[in-house]
Order: sequence, then structure tokens, then C-alpha cells
Amino acid sequence: MTENYMLSEARPEPRRRIETNIVLEAKGITKQFPGVLANDKVNFDLRKGEIHALLGENGAGKSTLMNLIYGLHRPDKGDVIVNGKTAAIHSPNDSISLGIGMVHQHFMLIPVFTVAENVMLGDETIKRGALDRNTVAAKINEISKQYGLDADPNALVGDLPVGLQQRVEIVKTLYRNAEIVILDEPTAVLTPQEAEDLFRIMRDLTARGVSIIFITHKLKEALAIADRITVMRAGRVINTVLPSETDSAQLANMMVGRQVILTVDKKDHEAKEAVLKVENLSVRDQRDLETVHHVSFFVRGGEVLGIAGVQGNGQTELSEALTGLRHPTGGKVFISGHDVTGKPPRVMTETGLAHIPEDRQRHGLVMSYSVADNMALCDYYHPPFSKRGVIQPKALDENARRLISAFDVRTPSPFVNAGKLSGGNQQKVIVARELSRSVKLVIANQPTRGLDVGSIEYIHSVIVKMRDNGAAVLLVSAELDEIMALSDRIAVMYRGQIVAMVETKKSTREQLGLWMAGAHVETA
Amino acid sequence: MDWRRFGVIALVIAILFGVVVLIGKNQTPPMVIITSMLATTIAVATPLTLGALSGIYCERAGVVNIGIEGMMLAAAFFGWLASIYMNSIFGFAPMPSLIVGVIAAVLSGALFALLHAALSITFKVDQIIGGTVINILAIGITGFLNRQLFFEEGSIFGGNVPHAPGILPSIRVPLLADVPTFGRMFDQQPITIAAIALVFITHYVLFYTRWGLRTRAVGEHPRAADTVGINVARMRYANVIIGGCMAGLGGAYFTLQSVPSFEPLMTNGRGFISLAAMIFGNWTPIGAWAASLVFGTAQAMQINLQFFRELILPEWAFLKNSYIVGLAPYILTMLILTGIIGKTTPPAADGVPYEK
Amino acid sequence: MAKSAEQTTSQSHDLRQILRASMDALLVPLLAVLTAMILGGLVIAFAGGNPIYAYLGLFQGAFGSTKALSETAVWATPYIFAGLAVALAFKGGLFNIGAEGQLAFGAVVSALIGYALPDLLGISLPAIIHIPLAVGGGMLAGALWAAIPGALKAYTGGHEVINTIMMNYIALNMTSFLLNAPMKDPNPLNVVARTPSIAESARIPPLFEGFRVHWGFALALLVAFLVWWLLWKTTLGFEIRTVGANPDAAKYAGINVKRTIVLTMALSGLLAGLAGTIEVTALNYRHELGFSVGYGFDAIAIALLGKTHPLGVVIAAILFGAMRNGATRMQFLTQIPVDIISVIQALILLLVAAEAIIRYLYRLRAREERVVLTRGWGG
Repeated sequence: MTENYMLSEARPEPRRRIETNIVLEAKGITKQFPGVLANDKVNFDLRKGEIHALLGENGAGKSTLMNLIYGLHRPDKGDVIVNGKTAAIHSPNDSISLGIGMVHQHFMLIPVFTVAENVMLGDETIKRGALDRNTVAAKINEISKQYGLDADPNALVGDLPVGLQQRVEIVKTLYRNAEIVILDEPTAVLTPQEAEDLFRIMRDLTARGVSIIFITHKLKEALAIADRITVMRAGRVINTVLPSETDSAQLANMMVGRQVILTVDKKDHEAKEAVLKVENLSVRDQRDLETVHHVSFFVRGGEVLGIAGVQGNGQTELSEALTGLRHPTGGKVFISGHDVTGKPPRVMTETGLAHIPEDRQRHGLVMSYSVADNMALCDYYHPPFSKRGVIQPKALDENARRLISAFDVRTPSPFVNAGKLSGGNQQKVIVARELSRSVKLVIANQPTRGLDVGSIEYIHSVIVKMRDNGAAVLLVSAELDEIMALSDRIAVMYRGQIVAMVETKKSTREQLGLWMAGAHVETA
Repeated sequence: MDWRRFGVIALVIAILFGVVVLIGKNQTPPMVIITSMLATTIAVATPLTLGALSGIYCERAGVVNIGIEGMMLAAAFFGWLASIYMNSIFGFAPMPSLIVGVIAAVLSGALFALLHAALSITFKVDQIIGGTVINILAIGITGFLNRQLFFEEGSIFGGNVPHAPGILPSIRVPLLADVPTFGRMFDQQPITIAAIALVFITHYVLFYTRWGLRTRAVGEHPRAADTVGINVARMRYANVIIGGCMAGLGGAYFTLQSVPSFEPLMTNGRGFISLAAMIFGNWTPIGAWAASLVFGTAQAMQINLQFFRELILPEWAFLKNSYIVGLAPYILTMLILTGIIGKTTPPAADGVPYEK
Repeated sequence: MAKSAEQTTSQSHDLRQILRASMDALLVPLLAVLTAMILGGLVIAFAGGNPIYAYLGLFQGAFGSTKALSETAVWATPYIFAGLAVALAFKGGLFNIGAEGQLAFGAVVSALIGYALPDLLGISLPAIIHIPLAVGGGMLAGALWAAIPGALKAYTGGHEVINTIMMNYIALNMTSFLLNAPMKDPNPLNVVARTPSIAESARIPPLFEGFRVHWGFALALLVAFLVWWLLWKTTLGFEIRTVGANPDAAKYAGINVKRTIVLTMALSGLLAGLAGTIEVTALNYRHELGFSVGYGFDAIAIALLGKTHPLGVVIAAILFGAMRNGATRMQFLTQIPVDIISVIQALILLLVAAEAIIRYLYRLRAREERVVLTRGWGG
């Protein structure tokens, strides 16, 4: 343990060694949420001008710690010390005035506001009773130039690509003269190249004296950019280490608490004939903009086709069109030779489609229903679950008990509401329901987002098993590592088109990243 | 608000005006009919305009308010009651009594809004149910007090309704009101003038001030507002209460400006129609005002047609029936909500309680 | 062996949970009624009455004699139907504020079939045919009146809350028109906007000789059971509840959400229409203007007080019926106008809707889940 710094060293005296000048320290932070001890006596410190990575799985308590430091929640116990003084942080106002800024994982930007309005919100410049947009714009331009952030004050935030929106968030913190910047999972929405760009900006910031807390669950990124790495697990700090003195395996071990197999065990595939065939498909989103343009591809039985791409490049609309949730505006979709273009979801499932939706709580489950009801959500209307329009509770119950044991769902009973289960077990309920039917095609959309490592490994193994049993699998994921680990072939989506299609074995991370960033447009 | 939408509004108003002019033109010069229609339209659109402004303050801050109807009804009753108390019991002159009545109406609107704010912001009650509670409570309280105070033996007013101090006098806009024919438009009563002024004030507040920026922020993305140190609950409370004041002023229209009496259920759905105006106006004050004028025109047509009953041709006999012509605002509301005249987008966090 | 033991424990655990949940479900409405009565008592005292006398009168008037009981059942009958209508819509995620209009439209159609059909056909119909025709026509009319806003919601996104209210005003205007002109009772002594009396053959008989309580009350209890069965035991009920609980998940699961919305509204309107039609065929034997006013909001209060469960709705409807019935005696004894009941009922609704107030007042533990009854604007 390396947290025992002397308080006296934190005094803002002339610095002898930059590294020991602590700007922020959390001591003995404890926070209890109903049913979860989110932070358990957490100690953490940040030195001036360093990038300190906070590494841990989903649910390890990283975001909770940062929300406590930023004043969004109050700790039950413990202190936050900023620049040597115990700080009373009751709200974001307090942390902002202490020079702390935070870029949240889900951006805190208002899409219908301009960049300038978003930046000034809460810290407005007023001239004669009205908002002074010009002064704010000038200041944004200045900050933007200084750090190479490239933010147009008059653009509507909703029109900006995700990477630029993130920069607006960074401008927001600098506009408030932040000296400590917390970045919560900032690379989750970026291509590898955009992430590189962000790392450059982070280094620029630290060079000018800004200190950065970098929250991530990706080992490689922590190793690549951090000056120090603190690992959290189940609400506790496990250790703080230097990147030069550790490696991926050791970090993974600390994160998960056991040995982790970092690769998916997968046999060579024997692809059969195409199960899913997509020809010239075009789809519009709810704003009536065409987000999928003339896409054609096929997936064969016994193979996994991964769709890589930065979020918002048409993947959501594509999978909605393939599962019957959205009417395509052009093209054809075939499942096992049947034309299912524009058919409703029920026809799709009856043709042999299993669908693991992107947003499990919103689309996959009815949270107020029991596990048993959720497990029959797609099949409730035919025998054995219902006879002549009357539900058969016994059949629902038997089905649920069978699936709970077959798919290792941790639930006190089949009658418990799905909303009471953990994220991993909720996903298992969906997977159990979808994959227990006779399935020819699996469309899995972000199947492991937000899950713990154990559940991720399990879901991955089930997907590989489906493939080995001869099903065609279409995997849509924003995690390039997941795509590369599971897929036999990879298609890259960029601005609604498939810009590349490669065998996984013949692809490299860098090449895929370039395609995801739209590099083909320049080269082709 | 796009120009196409204003175009649709202008077209509908023109058609409704046209119907009345065509029927009455042999008896009254078209110009006179048009100005009469315009003056009536602006006047009867008043409660709708204020109701829509009430909705805009609430919903821009993220609180759905379907209790506007109830707030107006309560305000109409209590404003009227206050003016009668001042006039008959305390013996004040009609004018000060009416002014106290207006203030009482605004305050009772604010009080009901405070209840709605507490229900939806503090207790996180489903906001549509909260609004329904407001409506039912307003009907119950006004009905009970109306009966208890005026119609029961031994009640304060001895079983009969005392004389009300009358209605607010109209104010002539100098110069403009002297223009021949068109001058009538500028001879309006004070609540109407206040409503029009509030449309432009609200526009300025919403889009040019810090208050407006923060209001819209908590209605679009409360968490984002919270992370930059804005107190979401306080902003929402304040805006709902301001909205209640608007509805209260709208309620005063019924008993202090339009007629000097109160009847149970007299708001007659105006609070709900003003929500349709707000939606059609895309949650903007000027757009909502324009939409209120459409409803006002429908009502003005009904009123003005009464003058020309004998001139209506037999084929158009249904225009004589006030029950049938009276359907227009309700059907118009339903048409607007279908979105066939173009969809509008509510604030993103409208109706969603904010949980930290 | 071990496995089955585990199963029984988990089941008894569930049973205990269910018991605790139902206790909890009962406690809040009960305390809400109690608190509202206390607050209502304060209002009565403030208005110069004696709350204890007033409530004694209320109780006497509602339950004090067999006649009082019969009258309470008479009052409760339309409340049960209308309350079920709103509750069913809530289960489907829809807020039907239009029970009033559906009830009025159902009553008008039912009265029309009741008085005009025999003349139109030129024969006298036997009751066994005429009653079902009158009741069925009224039900369908209510269903149609509600299906319009249902379809607008499903296919255009127009919000049902405003649309059902608009349909109320349209129904009110239309019935005013009909009852003042084409359907007006032609009796020269009549000055009221009302229809002629329906034929004897269309009248539902009383349950007991000499009392007004009629077979419609028994029907209401049966229909409450049928609604429960429909919602929790059939696939259609599963679809309605799934669309209500999570329309996105329902769509993913292959349920035709739009059709379910229209169907839910139609069923809800059917029940509201039944409320109107029973009043016409079993009680008033005609439809009179203004009789429907207020039922829509009362039905919402009843559905919420009954926790949107059919059994709860029946209990809440009987309570509301008792209050309305007893109020006349209360007014006779204490000169407190019957309108106080509206205030008390509004307070009940307020306290049931804002459970948190009751929980705070009586220091009850908060329930973990929030029941979503309706959703915001936009479709």
C-alpha cells in the first residue's frame, strides 16, 4: 500500500519534487447504497501534473468515488482533501470552485444547445441582463486554440460527432479554470485513433500543470498513458502501482481477483451455407435520416460475423431492421432463404432468429415481471405456455426452473422480479430465453456492455457454442477487442456503410481502427 | 417555430374569417366584420395564451402540467371571491376590489402550482396523475365553497349571490384605438394586454437570459445542469410556480374580465386546449400565442355567427347550431395532436422526475 | 431431497413476500382514506358544521338500513364499471380520462335502442333480446368512443390524455344537441333535456322487490372478476400488461403494440359504456343531460385508490358509492352540502397518488419499486 503520504508534504510550498505535490487526496471514503457497499474505506491521491489511472471492472466503485469527489453524492464517511485543506464538497458548485472538473462517461451536454451555451451553463456571462454569447465564444476560441481542441462555439452540440462532443466537455472544465480533471471512461466511445488524439490532449494538459484522474476498465490504456495506476475491486482499493513495474496479467489479476483468461477459446469454424443474407439494405432512423446506405453482406451457419464500428454509424438501425423493429426503406433481408424484409419481430423469431438487444433493461426485459414471465416473453402465446388463449403458469414455472439451472442464472426463485437481479444475471435471463429456442440466427448487439468479467466470459462462451452448433451469429459491438476475439470475419461500419470486410486472422487492430475512423474515404 | 407552421395558422384563421365574412357581407361591410372578429379573437384567446405560457414555463423546466385547467378554475373562483369580499363586505370601490381579485387569482394559481410542484418534484408522483389530482381538487373545492358560501342558508352571503364589482374596464391604446374601424382591436381589457406582453417577455426570458438558459437546461438534461452546479429542484419549483401564476391570471379572465360571475366547471376545457396550443407552438411563447389565436378564431366565429343567424343559407344550417360549431376547438385540438400539421418535439426530460 | 427443500423455502419465502406486499398494498389506501376523512372533518368544522355528526349522518345514510345498503349498491354500480375501465387502461399503460364521455355516449345509444328500436321495427321485443341489444349497443358505443383516442395514440402518437378529454367535451356537446332536439322526450310537459322512457322490455329488473338495487350490481361484480381473469390469466391480458409495463420490450417480444393499445382503450371504453348503459336500463330508464358529469374523475380516483386491481376497485367503488349515498342524509342532518364529498374524495386521491406523504405521516417504510402508470408526452 502506498497511500501513506505525509500531510505536510502537500503544503503548496516551493516544490522540490513535482511527484510528491499532492493536489487531491481521498481518505477513508465509505459510501453505502441500498444493498451495495460501493466504496469501502477508499484511499486515493493525485499529484500535480500526473495522469493517475483508476482501473477496475464495471461496478468496482470507480465512478462512485469520482461522483463523491465531484459532489454529486455525499460520502457516509471519510474526507476529501484538496490542496492540503479538507474540503467540504456538498455539490458540484463546491468542487468546481475548488478547481475540479469532470468529463462524465455519458456526456453532460444538451444536444439542442450550442457549444457556447453548453460551456457557459451554470457560469454564465451576463451583459445588461442578457446572456453575453460573444464574450463566451471568444473565451472558448482562446481555450480551444491553446489546447488544440477545435471547438466551434456556435455549432449545435447535437450535430457534432462524439469525439468533438468530448472536447466540448473538456473545454467546459477548462472554462471553469479546472486544475484537476476527472475523465470517466473517456475512450469508450472513440476509435483507437481518436483515443490516441485524446491521449495527446491529456499529455498537453498535464504539461501545463493540469492533473488528471483517468477512469478506465481497459488495462492497455492504463498502461499506455498513466503515470500511476490504482486498481479497485468491489468497492475497495487493491493497490497503487507504477506502469513500469507491472503488466497486463498482474493488473487483470488485481481487477478480477483471480486468474483471467484474456483470450476466448475457439475452434476453427466450419462455415456452411448462408443463413442471413442482406442485399442492398437501406434504413432511416427516427429523425428520418438515412443511417444505413445500401448495405449487403451474408452470415453463414457456423460462423460469427462481427460488425465493428464507432457507435452511431448505423449499427443500431441495421440490427433493428434485421430484427423487424424498423422498416427498411430499401433492399432485401433473407433468413434461410425466406424473404423477411420488413416483417414484424414475431415473424422473425418464428423463422429462427434470436435477438440479444443493445439495451437490455429497456428492450430485453420487463423489469416489473418475474424471471419466469421474462423467460417466456417471446413464447407466451403458444403451447405449452398458453392453451386456447389462457396462460399456463405451471409451464412457465417449469421452463424457468430449467433455464435457470441450464444458464446458471443467480436468482432466489423464478418469481423474483427481473429488476432485482444484477446486470449479468439479467443478461443471462435474456440469453437463456433467446438461445433456448431452436435458433438458426443470433443477432447479439453489445452483448457484454456493462457486465462483470465473469458474466462476459460466460456470454462469450455461449456465443461461441451457438456458432459451433451451426448457428449463424451476427455480433455488433463497440468493443474492438470483443469483435476480434469472437468473430470469424469482421465487417467495419462507417457512416452507414460497410467499408471493409476481412477475415479476422488477416486483420490487425490498427487497420480496423483506421477503417472505423473512415480512413478508406481518403485512400479509396 | 418554422414559417410553415405560421403559414398553416394564418391559413386556418383566414378560412374561418372567410366563412363569417361570406355569410355576413350583405348585412355588414367585410372590414367591420373582420375587425370585430379580430377584436373578439384576441380577447377570447387570452386564457388560452396564458394557459399555454403556464405550460411552457412548467414543461421547459421538465414538469408536465395537465393541471392548468384546475389552476384556472380555482383562480377564477378565488379571484372572484376576493373581489366580492372586498366590494360587499369591506366596502371597497369596484376598481380596487377587482385589482385585489386579480392578485388573489394569481396567488391561488401559484398555490395550486406549489402543490403540483411538491407532488411531481419532491414526491415524484407521476406528473399526469399529479395534474389530475389538481384538477379534481379544484373542482371539488370550488364546487363545495361555491355552494357553502352562497347557496346555503345561514352562509356568509345569506343564501344569495351578492353583486360582483363588475368587470375590468377596457384600456384604449392611445392613437391606435382612434383609427377608424381597426381601432377596435386596440381597445382591449387589461388581462388581454398583459397576456400579449407576457408572450414577448417570456420569449425574452427563455432565450436571452440566464434564467431561461438554466430553465431549458433542467428541462432537457437535468443531470447535465446538476453537474454544473444548478439546483434542479429549485429551478423546477420556481418555474412551476411562475407557470401557476400565468394560469391564475388566465383564471382571472373568466370571472373578472369576461363575465362578473362564477359557475362550476366554467373553464370548460380551456386549460387542456391551451396545452394543445403549447404543443402546436413547439413550446415557444410566440408560436403558442399564434396557436391560441387559431382556437380564439374558432370561438370568435361561434360568437360572431350569432349576429348573422338569419343570413345563414339552409344548406349551411349546421352553422346555426352552437353545439355543432362549438365542437371546432376540440376537433382542432385532436387534429393538432395527430401531428399531421407537422410533429413538434417536447423538451427531452419533460415529465421525467430527476433522481440523483 | 435437498433441492426440493430449497424449493419449498423459496416458495414460502415468496408467500410471505406476497402477504407482506398485499398488507402493504392495503395499508396505504386505508390510511389515505382515514387521513382524508380527518382533513375533511377539519373543513366541515371550518365551515361551521360538526364533523362527528356529519360523519355519523354519512354512515347512517350509507349503511344504516337495508334501504341505505341498497342505495349504496346502486351508487356503487356505475363506479365499479367506470373504475374498472380506468384501471384496465392503467394496466395497459394508458390514462383514460375519458370514461365520462364514453359513459355518456354509451348511455345515449343504449337509451336510443331502448326506446326507439321497438317502434322502428314495428314489433315489441322480448326482454331476453331487447336487454342484450340495449346493453350491447351501449357497450360498443363506449368502446368506439375510446378506440378513437386509442387509435390516435397508437398510429399518430397523439396523447390519449388530451384526446380523451376532448372526446368528453365532444360527447357532451353531441348529447346536448341530441337530447335537446332529435332525441328529446316529446312529452309536452317535459322541459328537461332528456330522452323518452325506454320500453319495458329493455329494463333490467331489480334484485329484490321493493328495493332499487338491480341485477346491474351483480353484473358489476361478475365483470370485475372477468377483468381480473382477463388481465392475469389470458394471453391477451399478458400482452396488455406487457405493453403497459414496457412497450419497448413488448415490441421486441413480438407483441403488436399498436393493436394492443387500440384494443386496451376499446375494452376500457366498453366498461365505461357499460356504466352508462346500466344506469339507463336498470335505474333511470332514460338518459338525462348532465347525469354523466363527474364520473370520469371519480373513476380515476377509484382506480387509483383500488391500486388498479379489480378487487381493490370494487372496494373503492363501494366506499365512494357509500359516501355519495350517505351525503344526502349528512346534508339533511348538518346542512353541510353534499359537495364536501368531492373535497374528501379529492383529498383521498391526493394522498393515494402521493403515497410518500402517507408514508411520511405514518412513518411507513418506503416500497422499493415505483409503479409506472403513465408516461410523459410524445408517443
